[in-house]
Amino acid sequence: MTLAADLELIKLTKRYGPTLAVHAIDLKVKAGTYCCLLGPSGCGKTSTLRMIAGHEAVSAGDIVLGDKQIDGLPPARRKTAMMFQSYALFPHLSCIDNVAFSLKMQGLSRSRRHERAAALLALVHMEDLADRLPHQLSGGQQQRVALARALITEPSILLLDEPLSALDPFLRVRMRDELKRLQMELGITFIHVTHSQEEALALADLIVVMRDGVIDQAGAPRDVYNRPTTPFVARFIGGHNVLTARVVGTDARNLELEDDNGRRFRVLGTDRPLGSLVSFAVRADHLELDHVRTLQVAVGDGATPTDERMNTVEGTVTSVQYQGSHVEVRLVAEGTETLLVSLPEGRFFAAPFAVGTTARLSFATDEAHILAA
Amino acid sequence: MRALAPYLQALPLALVFATFFLVPVSLVVVVSFFDYQTYQVLIPDFVFFNYVDVFTSNVTYRTYLNTLKFCLLTWAITLILGFTIAYFLAFEIRSVPLQIFCFLLCTIPFWTSNVIRMIAWIPFLGRNGLVNETLLAWGVIDAPIDWLLYSDFTVVLGYVHLYTLFMIVPIFNSMLRIDPALLEAARDQGASAFQVLTNVVIPLAKPGIAIGSIFVVAIVMGDFVTVNVLGGGQIASVGKTIATELSYLQFPPAAANAVVLLGVTILMILALIRIVDIRKEL
Repeated sequence: MTLAADLELIKLTKRYGPTLAVHAIDLKVKAGTYCCLLGPSGCGKTSTLRMIAGHEAVSAGDIVLGDKQIDGLPPARRKTAMMFQSYALFPHLSCIDNVAFSLKMQGLSRSRRHERAAALLALVHMEDLADRLPHQLSGGQQQRVALARALITEPSILLLDEPLSALDPFLRVRMRDELKRLQMELGITFIHVTHSQEEALALADLIVVMRDGVIDQAGAPRDVYNRPTTPFVARFIGGHNVLTARVVGTDARNLELEDDNGRRFRVLGTDRPLGSLVSFAVRADHLELDHVRTLQVAVGDGATPTDERMNTVEGTVTSVQYQGSHVEVRLVAEGTETLLVSLPEGRFFAAPFAVGTTARLSFATDEAHILAA
Repeated sequence: MRALAPYLQALPLALVFATFFLVPVSLVVVVSFFDYQTYQVLIPDFVFFNYVDVFTSNVTYRTYLNTLKFCLLTWAITLILGFTIAYFLAFEIRSVPLQIFCFLLCTIPFWTSNVIRMIAWIPFLGRNGLVNETLLAWGVIDAPIDWLLYSDFTVVLGYVHLYTLFMIVPIFNSMLRIDPALLEAARDQGASAFQVLTNVVIPLAKPGIAIGSIFVVAIVMGDFVTVNVLGGGQIASVGKTIATELSYLQFPPAAANAVVLLGVTILMILALIRIVDIRKEL
């Protein structure tokens, strides 16, 4: 197979008339990486992918693959292959002829191209349906054929444009495994555009979160999930609560914060001037939740919240969603966005929260994570 | 009653077809076996000599050859023109309003009658027409070009002018159904512009090409007005032969000729349908 190669985007920019779709992004993707471009629609992730593929002209900046600058080359000479969102299978050709299309363009004989195409179809377990036309296949099967067709060109990079969005949820999860398996087997780079943070976390070695044409954060899934750098990333990646407050004091390792409603927080961090606004994120599954009534009883028993869990927010429960392994409780409190608390099933049902009641969430100093402004 | 419903629903169209298509065509077939004399136009009979006359006359073969020549030339030119224009409309023009506007532009010639559009060529192409006068004035030619008007050239020009739209519409319709991602996918797979055309666009536009071809072939095979107006009475076509026979009140031979023409045209269309499955388009 082809040698894998590093991909580098340098100040890559895409303009559509006056609008800036991609704004001078820099990104390095090591050979053999499963990279997910993640972001809401209109964030520039698809434009970025299409520029790498060569289906969109680059307005400014460079794309370097291995030791070659490739922006300027036609799509087929870039060592990239694209799998389209709609799969874009040729409706008049059978599966095997779809897969063999690029070999036909190169002028290979029918028997040789069918031999190669059959091998690729076997790789995606579609050898039995080689003679079917695309419309005779299910969505998942069409996707496998599209994959085989993209891979037959022996690309260094496979570009996938929302590959799983057309599938039903069950199949989507199964195809994730399939994609990951193929990527590991082939050892080439996959760049996968998605708006599903769940998909990105599940698949990627490198998650690139994009917003309004720029990269907000690029990192390993665990890093992105545990240490989102901006409020946008924290909200988009999900499972986080973002709170904002003003610095009222500092010590050696903590910031003392107070928000507009007089709530005080102590969170890990330094280097923020007094009086500045600070946003911080707390994971929904790191929060404790207590009934306000029970807490008062508990106070009567002499058990005050420990200093470590001194950060609290009181709010009204607005929804309770049972998720099987855990229960998601949402609260509204004055001056914050809706807060999410994720409780293990057992803990929740030991003392359930009802919609409309008041509850208090709390978290330890080191569970809050300061975000860039 | 429930079982009858679909038949009742189909009845109006069936009646229209029967009245305006089946009955007249059957009458023509019946009359083609009739006898005739100078003073007796229709003599009910069952004779074959009308057909014998058609098939034994040299004129018939020459006329058919001429008509087929017109048909083939017109088909080839309208196909190339129609395909190119449809391609431009479908793939080069990105904005839908502009697409609709350009498409309407193509239909402007249809806002006036066929015959008027044909006659309009006469002052343009005649011996003392615009083209000849201009070329003479520029000194490009010394004497007027004769073949501009009342020639095979003029007839084909007229056909192309009149019927290119019949090619554009179905091909444009087929092309609109081609997902632009397919063209990108083909390019991604290393196809050159020409290979995209031959491997993706043409195969997928085939139903439209077939339908447009059927329109053009059927119209040109049966035409006699264009040949009459732009051919200047010197040029033969099957339609014109039939018209001439009718003008001499020779109904049975005209009917026999018409039946043969119908047969030939049906065979040509069957051949086209064999090449392309047009049901996909319907």
